[in-house]
Amino acid sequence: MATLARRAAPAGANLYTVWERFKNPIFYLILIAWAVICLAPLYFTLVFSLKPVENAYTPPLWFPTPFTLENYRTVLQSFDLFPRWLANSAIISLATTVLRVLFCAMAGYAFARLDFPFKGFLFNAMLVSMMMPGVVTLIPKFLIIGPGIIRGGLPLSELPLIGGLFAGSSVVLPTGFNLIDQLPGVIVPHMVDAFGVFMMTQFYKSFPKELEEAAEMDGTGRFGTFFRIVLPISQTQLLTLALLTFQGEWNRFMEPLLILRTPENFTLPLGLQWFRGEYYTLYSVILAGSLFNTLPILVLFFAFQRYFIQSVATSGSKEG
Amino acid sequence: MSLSMPQDQSPPPLAGAGAARRPGASRRGKRLAEALTGYAFLSPWLFIFFTFVVFSLGYALYLSFTRYNLLRPPEWWGLEGYQRVLADELFIQKALPNTFKYVLIVVPVQTLISLILAFAMDQKLRFRRGFRTIFYLPSVTSSVVISLIFVWLFAAQGVINQITGLTVNWLDDVNTAFYVIMGMNVFTTSGTLMLIFLAGLQDISPAIYEAAEIDGASKFQQFLYVTIPMLRPVIFFVVTVGVIGCFQVFDQIFVMTNGGPLDSTTTVTYLIYKWAFRDTTIKMGQASALAIILTLIILAVTVLQRRVIEGSGSSTA
Repeated sequence: MATLARRAAPAGANLYTVWERFKNPIFYLILIAWAVICLAPLYFTLVFSLKPVENAYTPPLWFPTPFTLENYRTVLQSFDLFPRWLANSAIISLATTVLRVLFCAMAGYAFARLDFPFKGFLFNAMLVSMMMPGVVTLIPKFLIIGPGIIRGGLPLSELPLIGGLFAGSSVVLPTGFNLIDQLPGVIVPHMVDAFGVFMMTQFYKSFPKELEEAAEMDGTGRFGTFFRIVLPISQTQLLTLALLTFQGEWNRFMEPLLILRTPENFTLPLGLQWFRGEYYTLYSVILAGSLFNTLPILVLFFAFQRYFIQSVATSGSKEG
Repeated sequence: MSLSMPQDQSPPPLAGAGAARRPGASRRGKRLAEALTGYAFLSPWLFIFFTFVVFSLGYALYLSFTRYNLLRPPEWWGLEGYQRVLADELFIQKALPNTFKYVLIVVPVQTLISLILAFAMDQKLRFRRGFRTIFYLPSVTSSVVISLIFVWLFAAQGVINQITGLTVNWLDDVNTAFYVIMGMNVFTTSGTLMLIFLAGLQDISPAIYEAAEIDGASKFQQFLYVTIPMLRPVIFFVVTVGVIGCFQVFDQIFVMTNGGPLDSTTTVTYLIYKWAFRDTTIKMGQASALAIILTLIILAVTVLQRRVIEGSGSSTA
């Protein structure tokens, strides 16, 4: 490499000084251009949502004149399903977040600290499942959450191998959760996920054991140690996982679309999409509603920016 | 006193005090207890993993060999479902080529843009943090909201036409609809990918650059022979995530075009949804066969791409 560098230096020197000179302005230009691209759609949405419906398509394009909050009032007051959607979204996202943080921490702790049969095998199986495209299990997932893989259930007497034991019985085993059109139907399948478990495992592996060992010396059992010592000291990591989960669940679309059927049970993204089908001409109101959907996430994002960015940044190093 | 001694000498196997006296039994008991605790901690994940991954995968495979319309029990069909998928015009002529086109355009473009942005961000320029926040904004917004916004931006009377003076009906035009969706995907994901690249860039130890400089490598050579090879695992990760995500694009298609106009934006995942949930005659078996085929395609592409990225440089050990 050294000889290569010396040979190349004289020829490239001129070009290189030019590059050094214009490098920073070019980089600034790139950054500003992309920043404009990122902000423009949100800015136009805001402007449009602050103009009266009648003036929606009349200039000016850049400022909300005449200014009105009427669209936001319409969303909150005359559209009675909107608060329901907001509540449904909040329930689903919060419940999923709390459960996932707890379950992922528990599983991660087990993988990092405890010894049990098939540990290595299960951990590898989990890593493989992280690469599995979600669409492949979409239909079975829907059947399990909903009507069951056998519609109407499986009679005990028809069980393979042991069915004979229940020959006279009329008991029918359900083969699905029967949660179609119910909020838990969206919560249950997502209450723990491989990425979260992996993230917590890595965290606990890199975490010093001393505190836990001290607690165990004092006679605190594994469960006590976990809930009283381990969970509190992993706060930061748990918060990161919680934010990541909340954002994902708040914005989730495909699974709620398949599971939630009546407008009363819709989540906000589902409701907004349905609302557009019903009131296409009131696009200002739709956009005002869209901003309502975005606002909680934006608030969380600005409050916990460091955690959001860290969680994304570390996701890339899992391959290494 | 002497009467209580025997009791002390045979403590329950879990107590640590017994370890010195009955090492074998106690250690076994302790290990059993630890294994049980381990599985107790693992149980929620195990339940979800076996139900929604292991069992679901097996069941998807089984369904793909059946004919199933939800009304009657699945009926064994052998390879008929696969044959019907491969003979389906919508799949062969639209969904499959569209999906490949989507992946082949979106993945390179978003990788390149996010890489360039990451380099620019790594230059220790001013306002870095501000830019970082702005770049990540599209990623925190929901796919449905972004899609609704883009539907409106690219409407006949929308902002894009008003600014440019064009009269294109972007999302109703066979020649433009799919590209609008692609552009939107690049717009939403580049910020996240930029953050991953930036972390990768900042992970490269300054010592390596110093060593290269002592060897006489120019800044450009350092970029070519240090930065790019060191970044290879991150590039692999970003491309893999991109490929897996793009092959499964759904939300945006559903909200913006419903696969239209004239099926020009129908992708494989949208077709799976259409067959399994939307069509008047539900075809869950055939849809499962398509899902299996899509998974095999994604697997093949990921393996191939790993070969390409790892094979393109000899510097990785």
